[in-house]
Amino acid sequence: MAIDQLAGRTPVKAAVTSLRRRVRLDRRHLPVVGTLVVLALIFAIGGNRYENFLSGRVFSNLFINNSHLIVLAVGMTFVILTGGIDLSVGAVLALSSILSASLLQNNWPAFVVIPLAILVGTLLGLLVGVMIHVFEIQPFIATLAAMFLARGLCYVISLNSIPIDNPTIVWLSSTRYPIGDSWVVTPSGIIALGVVAVGFYVLHYTRFGRTVYAIGGGEQSAILMGLPVARTKVLVYVISGTCAGIGGILFSVFSRSGYSLTGVGMELDAIAAVVIGGTLLTGGSGFVLGSLLGVLVLGTIQTIITFEGTLSSWWTKIVIGALLLVFVVLQRAIAARRR
Amino acid sequence: MRNLNAMGLVRHRLFWPLAALIALLVANTIRTTSFLNIRVQDGHLYGALIDILRNSSPLILVELGMTLVIATRGIDLSVGAVVAISGALACSFLASAPNPNSIGTVLVACGIALALSLVLGVWNGFLVSVLGIQPIIATLVLMTAGRGIAMLITSGQITMIHSTPFKTIGSGFWFGLPAAVLIAGAVFAVVATVTRRTALGMLIESVGINPQASRLAGVQSRSIIWIVYAAAGVFAGVAGLMISSNIMAADANNAGLFIELDAILAVVIGGTSLAGGKFSLSGTLVGAFIIQTLTLTVTILGIPPAVTPLFKAIVVIAVCLLQAPIVRSRLAVRRPARPVPVEVAA
Amino acid sequence: MTAPPTIVEMRGISIEFPGVKALQEVDFTLRRGEIHALMGENGAGKSTLIKALTGVYTIDSGQIVVDGAAHAFAGPAAAEAAGISTVYQEVNLCDNLTVAENIMLGHESRRNGSIDWRDMRRRAKGFLARLSLDIDPGSSLSTHSLAVQQLVAICRAMVVDAKVLILDEPTSSLDAYEVQQLFAIMRSLREEGVAILFVSHFIEQVYEVSDRITILRNGLLVGEHLTPELPRLELVSKMIGKSLEALEALEGSTGHTPSEQTGAAPIAQAIRFGRRGTIEPFDLDLFAGEVVGIAGLLGSGRTELARLLFAADHADAGHLVLDGATVKLRNPRAAMRRKIAFSSEQRKVEGIISDLTVGENIVLGVQADRGWARRIPRRKADEIVRKYIKALDIRPTNPETRVGNLSGGNQQKVLLARWLATAPRLLILDEPTRGIDVGAKAEVQHLVAQLATDGMSVVFISAELEEVLRLSHRIVIMRDRRKVAEIRNDETVGLDDVVELIASGGQA
Repeated sequence: MAIDQLAGRTPVKAAVTSLRRRVRLDRRHLPVVGTLVVLALIFAIGGNRYENFLSGRVFSNLFINNSHLIVLAVGMTFVILTGGIDLSVGAVLALSSILSASLLQNNWPAFVVIPLAILVGTLLGLLVGVMIHVFEIQPFIATLAAMFLARGLCYVISLNSIPIDNPTIVWLSSTRYPIGDSWVVTPSGIIALGVVAVGFYVLHYTRFGRTVYAIGGGEQSAILMGLPVARTKVLVYVISGTCAGIGGILFSVFSRSGYSLTGVGMELDAIAAVVIGGTLLTGGSGFVLGSLLGVLVLGTIQTIITFEGTLSSWWTKIVIGALLLVFVVLQRAIAARRR
Repeated sequence: MRNLNAMGLVRHRLFWPLAALIALLVANTIRTTSFLNIRVQDGHLYGALIDILRNSSPLILVELGMTLVIATRGIDLSVGAVVAISGALACSFLASAPNPNSIGTVLVACGIALALSLVLGVWNGFLVSVLGIQPIIATLVLMTAGRGIAMLITSGQITMIHSTPFKTIGSGFWFGLPAAVLIAGAVFAVVATVTRRTALGMLIESVGINPQASRLAGVQSRSIIWIVYAAAGVFAGVAGLMISSNIMAADANNAGLFIELDAILAVVIGGTSLAGGKFSLSGTLVGAFIIQTLTLTVTILGIPPAVTPLFKAIVVIAVCLLQAPIVRSRLAVRRPARPVPVEVAA
Repeated sequence: MTAPPTIVEMRGISIEFPGVKALQEVDFTLRRGEIHALMGENGAGKSTLIKALTGVYTIDSGQIVVDGAAHAFAGPAAAEAAGISTVYQEVNLCDNLTVAENIMLGHESRRNGSIDWRDMRRRAKGFLARLSLDIDPGSSLSTHSLAVQQLVAICRAMVVDAKVLILDEPTSSLDAYEVQQLFAIMRSLREEGVAILFVSHFIEQVYEVSDRITILRNGLLVGEHLTPELPRLELVSKMIGKSLEALEALEGSTGHTPSEQTGAAPIAQAIRFGRRGTIEPFDLDLFAGEVVGIAGLLGSGRTELARLLFAADHADAGHLVLDGATVKLRNPRAAMRRKIAFSSEQRKVEGIISDLTVGENIVLGVQADRGWARRIPRRKADEIVRKYIKALDIRPTNPETRVGNLSGGNQQKVLLARWLATAPRLLILDEPTRGIDVGAKAEVQHLVAQLATDGMSVVFISAELEEVLRLSHRIVIMRDRRKVAEIRNDETVGLDDVVELIASGGQA
C-alpha cells in the first residue's frame, strides 16, 4: 500500500496519485492528504538527520509501540464524528489491562480473560451512553465521571504492577512475522489494523456509519430525516469503550503487565491523533484512516526525539501541542473561508 | 439588590451538594468526635476543618477562574499545565537566585510566575474570542504543550528550593490562619466584589445565557471572554505557587495533575451549568469543600486509600445524576412539555 | 372535470397547548395531483397543522386519514412511512455529505448487508434526472446553492415514493430564476399525481402556482377556495380578519403633521439599501419626531428592513446616511453608539436574557454601552427600573423576578423598557404589541406617540394595520421582500387603502 512506498523513498506525489485512484479524492479528503504530507515530511526530516531512520525496523516499531493508541483513536473517531468526546478511554484501557493481568495471574484461561476485559470496556461505554442519553448529562462530564470510575476500579484491583506470564499473552507479545529483510509485523499490529479496517467498513458501508456522519453534520436534520439518532449516539460510546477494552489487551501484551497508573493522559493523545488526522472536533467530517495517520505522526515525532538523544522527552509534548495548534487554526481558517 | 433572587436560585441548585457536604461532615464527626475541634497552638489554628480549608485553597483558586470561564459557555483544560509552569518558573528563579531568603527575591519570583500565567491566559482568550476556536480544543493545545514547557523550565529536574518566605505561601500562618487560606479567601473576595460590584458578573451571565440576544443588546462579548480566560490563567498561577510552596519544589509532571478535572467537577456540583449562564461562586466553594472533605472522609472512615478514587467517582456520579433534568422533573412533578424538535414557519 | 380523489383528509383537528388553542376543529383536505397553498398570519396555526400532519405533534382530537387509512403518527419517521414527506425552510440536510448520500440517507441501497455505493450513485442520478438536475451526485452538498439543496431535499421525497410533499416556505431565499425552476418541478410532480402542500407568504407566487388556497386565522379555518376564484383583496382580508364592510367602517388616522413640512433634514437615510436574498434595495428617509409605520404581511420583509437599519445584518447593496454622513455600521453595538435602538420581534431568542432579573434586563442596554467596568450606580439603576416598571405596567412589579417567568406580554414590555432606557434618537420597534393585553397595548401606543412628540424618530412594525394607521405619520408598504409603496398617513387614508396596496403590490 502507500505505506511501503513511503518507506521505499518513493516521492510523495506518487503516493498521493495512487491514493487518488483508490479513493475518490474530493475536497473532503484533503485533510487526510494533509496529514499524509506532514507524516512524509517528518519522515524526510528524520531520514535526513539520522542514519538508519528510514528503515523497516523503525517503521515496524511504530506499530509495535502504538497499536493500543491506534485502536483508541479508532473508537475516539466515532465519538468525535458525532460531535461528542470521550475522556474515559485512557482509564478504561488501564482497567482492561489490569483486570486481565489480575485474572491471568489467578490462572484464568486466556480465552476467557481476553473477551471479559474487552467486555468491561463495552459496559462502561454503555454506562456513558445511558448517562448522556437518558440523564442528558453532557458528554464531557459523563465521560469524565466514567474516567474516575474506571480509574477507581483499577486501584481497587491492585495498586502495584502485575506481571503477566500467561503463555498466550507471551506468544502474542513476542511473535514476529518478518516481511522482507527488515520489516516485522506483530499480532498486535495485525489486530490494530484489523480494528481500523472494521472501523472503515462500518463508517462507510453500513447505515449506522452514515448515521454517525449525519449526526455530526446536523443532529436536528438527522432527527427530521427519521434516522435513529438516539440509538446511534449511545452506540458510538459503546464502540469507544470496546475499543478501549481492546486497547487494554494490546497494552497488556505490549508491556506484559498490568498497572493501574497506565493510560494517564492517553485520551488526550487519542484526541490529538484524531484532530491531527483531519477529523473536525465539531463533528461530521473525518476518517479513521486519518486517525491512523495521526497516531503514526505522533509516534514518529516520538521516534525522532528518541533518536536525537540529547533532546529530552518533554519536547514531544511541546511539538505535539504546536502541531495540534497548527491543525486547529487551519481547520478554523478553512471553515471561516467556506462561510 | 440581586441577593434575594440569587439565593433563591442557589438554594435550589445547591440543595443536594450542601446536603452531601453536611452528610460527609456528620459521618466524619460520628467516627471521630474530635473532627470538628479547632485547637490553638503557638498562636495558630489547627484542626481537621482547618486542614480542609488549607488543602482546598489551590483548588478554590483554579475553580474561581473555571467558574467564570464556564459561565461564558467555555472551558479551560489548561489550568493544570499553568499550575505546573507557574511553580516551575518561580522555583527555577529562586533556585538560581543569590539570596532566596529575601522577601524581595521571592516577590520577584512570584511576579514573573504570575506574569507568565497571565500571558498564557491571554493566549487562551485570544484563541477563543478572536480566532473563534472551540474552547475545549483551544485550551487542549496548552494542556498538551504546557507540561512540556514546564519541564523545559526545570530541565526535567524536580527543582528543590530553600526559601523561608516562599514556604509561608503554602504552609505558613498569618494572623493565626493558614496563609494559603487567606490568599484564597482574598482572591475569592476580589472576584466576588468585582463580579457583583461592577457589571462584569451580569454581563458574563448574559453572554453565557443568550449570546445572540446579548449581541443585539450591545454587549461586547469579545473583551468579556478575554478577561475570564486571563483571570483563569492568573488564578491558576497563584495556585501553582501555593502547590510548589507546599512541597518546596517544582514537580513539572505532577503539580496540578487533574486539577482541571476536579475544578470542573466542583463547579458543576456547585450548581453552575456547563452550558453557561448563571454562575454561583459560593456553589463553587461548596463543590471544592465536598471534594476535599471526600478525601479526608475516606481516611477517617478507614476506607483503604486504594478505594478513594472509586468512592469519589460514585459520589460525583450520584450528584450529577441527581441534578439531571429527568430526575429533577420526577421530583418536581412537572407537566412534561410536548416534544418539539423542529421550527417550522408559522 | 371530477375532483381527483383526496389523499389526505384532516377532520376536526384540535390541538391545545397550555393557555393557547393552536387549532380548533380545523378541516383540511388535500387532493392527489394538486398544489395546495396554506396561508395565514402569525399564530394562525399553519405550522401546527403541518406538525400534526408530519407526526411532530400529537392531536388532541380529530382524525387524520391518509389514502383511506386513519393514522396516529408517533413521529416523523411514521409519517414518512405513510407517504408524507417534508422539505423544511432551512432545508435540513447534512451539508457535510454528498448529494447522493443526502438523497439516500436512511434508505441506502444495500448488497449482502453492506452499502452498495455504485447502485446508490445510479439511483441518485435517476432521481436527479427526474427533476432535470444535472449535478454530480458525488459532489458535496455544501458546494451547491440553497436552491439546488432544496431540490435535493425534494429528491428525498421521491426516494420514499411520497404521495404528499410538504414544502415549507421554499422560495424565501431563491431568486426569480430559481423560483421558476422550482415551480416547473412542482408542476411536473403534480402531473405524476403527487399532492403538494405549499406554504408561502409570497402572494404572487401562490397565485402563480397553486390550484387551491386554504386560509387559517387564530387556529380556525377561515376559507378554502379555488385559486382562480379568490380575489387578492379577499385573500388579504381573510388573513387579516376584517370583512370588506368592516374595513370601511374603521376610523382612519389621527392626521399628525409630518415633520417634513418643517423642512428639517432626515436624521437617517437608507439609500438603495438592501441584502441579496433577504430584501430588495430600498430607499427610506427617517425624520425626528415622526412615526414611520411598516405595514405588510408576515414574511414581506419588515423585520429584514429593521435588522439592516440596526446593523444586525450586513447590507451588501447601498448605504446608510446618518445626520448627513455616510456610515458603515459593523455591528449592533456601533448602531447603539449612534443612538439607534432595535426591539426584536423574537423576544425569546433575540430579546430577553431569561435567567436574569427584570431589573437586569432593563438596564442591560445602558450597561452594555458603559462597558463592564463602570456599573450604573445602584440608585440610578433602581430609579430607571422603577420608572419603566411603572410606565409600562410590568407585572409582577418586583424587579428581582426572573424574566423567564414573566408572561409573554410582560417580557415584551421589559424589552421595550430596555431600549427606551438607552434614550435613542431612532427607535425601531418590531411587533412591540404582539401578545400584549388590550390595556397594555393602548399604553404602549400612547407611549410611542408621546416619544415622537418629544422628538424621537420611531419605526413601528406591526401586523395589526389599525395600530399602524393610528400611530404613523407615514406608512411604508412591504410585500414579497420589497418596499412597494410609501404614503403619507392623513385623514383620507383608511385601512382598506393599506390593504389594497398590500394586495396589489403597490399598483393600486
